Amino acid sequence: MEEYTKPLPIRDERSAPFFDGLLDGELRLQHCLACDQWMWPVTLRCRHCLSDQLEWKASAGKGTLYSFALVHQIYHPGFADEIPYNVAFVDLDEGVRVTTNIVGTPNDELAIGSRVELATELVTHDMALAKFRVV
Amino acid sequence: MAASIAVAGLGITEMGKVYGRSASDFAAEAIALALDDAGLGFSDVDGLLVHSNLSPEMTVNLQWSLGFHDLPVLAAIGAYGSTPAAMFNYATRVIESGQAETVVMVYADAPLRPAGSAGAAYANANPPEGMDSVNVAHGFYGANVGYALAAKRHMELFGTTSEQFGAVAVAQREWAVMNPHAQMRKPITLEDHQSSRWVVEPLHLLDCCLVSNGAVAVVVTSSERAKDLRQPPVHLLGLGQFAPGDSKRTDREPGIYTGATEAGRQAFAQAGVGVNDFDFLEIYDCYTYTVIVTLEDYGFCKKGEGGAFVADGKLGPRGALPTNTGGGQLSSYYMWGFTPLSEAIIQLRGQAGERQVAKHDLALVSGTGGFLNFHGTLVLSTRES
Repeated sequence: MEEYTKPLPIRDERSAPFFDGLLDGELRLQHCLACDQWMWPVTLRCRHCLSDQLEWKASAGKGTLYSFALVHQIYHPGFADEIPYNVAFVDLDEGVRVTTNIVGTPNDELAIGSRVELATELVTHDMALAKFRVV
Repeated sequence: MAASIAVAGLGITEMGKVYGRSASDFAAEAIALALDDAGLGFSDVDGLLVHSNLSPEMTVNLQWSLGFHDLPVLAAIGAYGSTPAAMFNYATRVIESGQAETVVMVYADAPLRPAGSAGAAYANANPPEGMDSVNVAHGFYGANVGYALAAKRHMELFGTTSEQFGAVAVAQREWAVMNPHAQMRKPITLEDHQSSRWVVEPLHLLDCCLVSNGAVAVVVTSSERAKDLRQPPVHLLGLGQFAPGDSKRTDREPGIYTGATEAGRQAFAQAGVGVNDFDFLEIYDCYTYTVIVTLEDYGFCKKGEGGAFVADGKLGPRGALPTNTGGGQLSSYYMWGFTPLSEAIIQLRGQAGERQVAKHDLALVSGTGGFLNFHGTLVLSTRES
């Protein structure tokens, strides 16, 4: 594998189940046993009712492209070769909006409202990112 | 409701690429200017409200570095761009109760360094960990990306165009040309806006605010006392604050429906005014898009029609709705909520020189923070009620 030069997520104790899920090809999210809501990003207490009764559960990994933007400015040298690259918000069917990138579609063909699905991208031997592709 | 507090002093330092001074240095200078403007002295100050921002110096420690002592009122207040509303709320309480008589509010920052780029100034923070590190792993850096995502969504839903964003930038530059405090005083055209480089598409460079070293300080006292001081008083008639936040739920759109609707409703009701009563507007403008969405949410036009509303140049010096009359944060200086606040004070006093608006009795001042997650509104006037 080529050396990965973009910033890598830094796994901590609380976020480990999320990153472990991605290595298994799953988008695992926290789900509240008290109010039945899903949430992203990872939190200690439910973002809807403050309950601490949270479980990790696999999302279906399907959603809709809410919006996207094309980054031309080089904020980190690791992205320099891909300028402009897209950053997107995807609305998951579980009801949460996640930050991601859309892969497999040229930027000028991206369309808000498109149906998308999870496409995990292994970036090092022990880290994967939750990207999405248009279906 | 009759006003109980008023702005009696304003101090604005040199702005922009001004090096060799810290945020505290700028704060001290702005406070000295504001007190002198009010005809008051250092020993008159019995309240200090420090605007928390990204500078590590902007805390209550500023009391030490500036040499204030025995203050009955001291707080660092931070709600990003919506901070002025929170500060005026607090100041009203301490002045009405008699806890303090002369309250200084100060914003200062010095992120620019001679060698670094403007963007780098804010991007050097320690790398985030855990879930906070996910955004940068996907290349989501800072406010530019967040506002671009909101602007793109607005364009998709309502057909808003980049040229309409450009109308905001061009109008504000027309104002800035006449503002001696402004960093950018060269006129621009819509073509200049369109040909300026993409920062984060759909935002061109000329859709984005400046970065500034500098400070603004404001002296606030009772409306009664302000009448006996050196400057024409600028009375607080109403304020409101509303924070939609962002819990990342798909049934909410904080980038499209901002807190301006509710904060405005509160402020206008307190002041007993409607949107059509304002002589001019100072609308928080971290981006051109922010102005458009804020005008919609205050009710100057319908949701989704903000782009068409501004396209005819009505916000500029020859327009029907003078807005961001000093050039705003796009063209004058970036002092968060203290940019619109300071310009409102200058205009209401009738001290804006070449750019003075003809009628200047009632001003709407807005503040926006986060990715459109926080909102504050002030209604300021030369009148006491």
